[in-house]
Amino acid sequence: MQFKFKKIAEGIWEAPPTTKEGMRVPARIYATDELFKEMDQGVFEQVTNVACLPGIQKYALCMPDGHWGYGFPIGGVAAMDTATGVISPGGIGFDINCGMRLLRSNLTEAEVKPKLRELVDRLFSAVPCGVGTKGFWKLNQDEFREVMVQGAQSVIRRGYGWPEDAERIENAGRIPGADPTKVSAKATSRGIHQLGTLGSGNHYLEIQVVYPGNIYDPELAAAMGIDREFQVVVMFHCGSRGFGHQVGTDYLEIFADAMKRYGITVRDKELACAPYASREGQDYFKAMVCAANSAFANRQVITHRIREVFSDVFKRDARDLGLDMIYDVTHNIAKIERYRVDGEEKELLIHRKGATRSFPPGHPELAERYRSTGQPVIIGGSMETGSYLLIGTTKAMEESFGSTAHGSGRTMSRAAAKKKVHGRDLLQRLEHKGIYVRAASFAGVAEEAGMAYKDIGAVVDAVDRLGISKKVVRLQPIGNIKG
Amino acid sequence: MSYWYLEEVATADVAFEAEGRTLPEVFEASALALAEVMVDLDGLSSALPHHISLTAEDLETLLFRWLAELIYLKDSVCLLFGRFEITIREGTEWALEATAWGDRIDYEKMSLKLDVKAVTYHMFLLEQTADGWRARVVLDI
Repeated sequence: MQFKFKKIAEGIWEAPPTTKEGMRVPARIYATDELFKEMDQGVFEQVTNVACLPGIQKYALCMPDGHWGYGFPIGGVAAMDTATGVISPGGIGFDINCGMRLLRSNLTEAEVKPKLRELVDRLFSAVPCGVGTKGFWKLNQDEFREVMVQGAQSVIRRGYGWPEDAERIENAGRIPGADPTKVSAKATSRGIHQLGTLGSGNHYLEIQVVYPGNIYDPELAAAMGIDREFQVVVMFHCGSRGFGHQVGTDYLEIFADAMKRYGITVRDKELACAPYASREGQDYFKAMVCAANSAFANRQVITHRIREVFSDVFKRDARDLGLDMIYDVTHNIAKIERYRVDGEEKELLIHRKGATRSFPPGHPELAERYRSTGQPVIIGGSMETGSYLLIGTTKAMEESFGSTAHGSGRTMSRAAAKKKVHGRDLLQRLEHKGIYVRAASFAGVAEEAGMAYKDIGAVVDAVDRLGISKKVVRLQPIGNIKG
Repeated sequence: MSYWYLEEVATADVAFEAEGRTLPEVFEASALALAEVMVDLDGLSSALPHHISLTAEDLETLLFRWLAELIYLKDSVCLLFGRFEITIREGTEWALEATAWGDRIDYEKMSLKLDVKAVTYHMFLLEQTADGWRARVVLDI
């Protein structure tokens, strides 16, 4: 299937609709020659399957960090007409609103290094991670319903955050349209005790440093709060936990039935979908928003815990430590946004599965703080290689439905990574490199080794050269908590 | 009854195949393959029994619901299971009755591994073979 994709411009590969029966639009992959060559076969099958979905506009997209997922490829973006198109849980992922959050600080590496172990150990206790863990906040049903509707804002009002945090989150941490009556009792009971927990797999919390030479645009970096060399920041990656996973599971089954009624067939059962405008489509969207808002709330509770720990360890107020939020992005979501298609502005449902929104300066949906700079884009790497902060661009609006990459993207399966390296050895190697790691499981650590991922520098250079986001700062880890 | 993991399928997730001479055996093997992703089965006690009752129109859906139920119980009541007694009957629908034995999640007592988010329908398969039944499942990690 890979050979069906032709390079149509530098960094853009396309397969025409004649590639596979049922394709409605071309499939397009953004990648450098090298990244394209390395992509696994699953990506080519899956992005062309997505191109078959009813109501898809312009092209099915895959970002440079793309790899084999279920249903959509990871790195997949698809824009659906809201009147004639479908919504697919497989285009969002079970971990609804899995995303990245980044906090700045006034601290430097020299100040943090002597307390790094204490800091990481304390964070490891304060932000539970791994299998089946519960958070410190015991919510009742009413409180959890409020979280579903009001997201991070509900948490901030309860004192777990600062008022200005909200404007530094996509959709101010509260996507409109949530309806808790569309959520099953099972989803609620699965997730109600998990706010403030990190999860497992590739989820992590990292203490990172801005080393000299890693600020590519000092003016934009300063506007986001990165204003000194050796500055310490905190980044974490997690989502809606069991609550979102159950919403996804519930609706996968509902959609399998609904497809028969609507006469929709798909090439992979995991692409189960329903017309967005149908009752089932609307019900899922409303439940999905509940899960997305709970993920914003989850990251808000974790932010509160991080500030508490830093404040305790450094015996200084979190405000004095300058632990302001830089931004919070979601990379597993479907959202209503407006784009020009064939010269006409249209309301579209944008599926992003392992892809980050990349809105440009002046976009009306951006909060005042980032209106003139564009939206911060957080691309998280493996625990060995570092991460990047970028900014959204106008080109993304024209080219990629306001989307860019989300991470470095895996190249090696979990089983293969475990065979190549043992968790304990990897922890020792990282410690030699000056990165202190606490992990819920040694096997989990081995699976997240840097060698299991693409070169994040290559992924970021690809989106920067394509112009669908602009590189601003590189961040390198010194401490990591691995779920 | 046996199960094994597939190396180069769905890169960031975990795929397995399971076999059994009978339907209950392939359901049991699949449940063990799921559990072993999350916990070291050697260190998991069978102290707590839990009854599970499910129905579905077809056997594939029944297997999907069976695994989804075990994932649900991992988060809702924090139970992981390593021993199963399963019966499956065909009537107007397919019906599963099972007792699962396991223990409450405890990082002090057991060696925990990866959290499983969901069962997916990607490449999902349950088929009859010359020797019995075979399942293929991709789990979202």
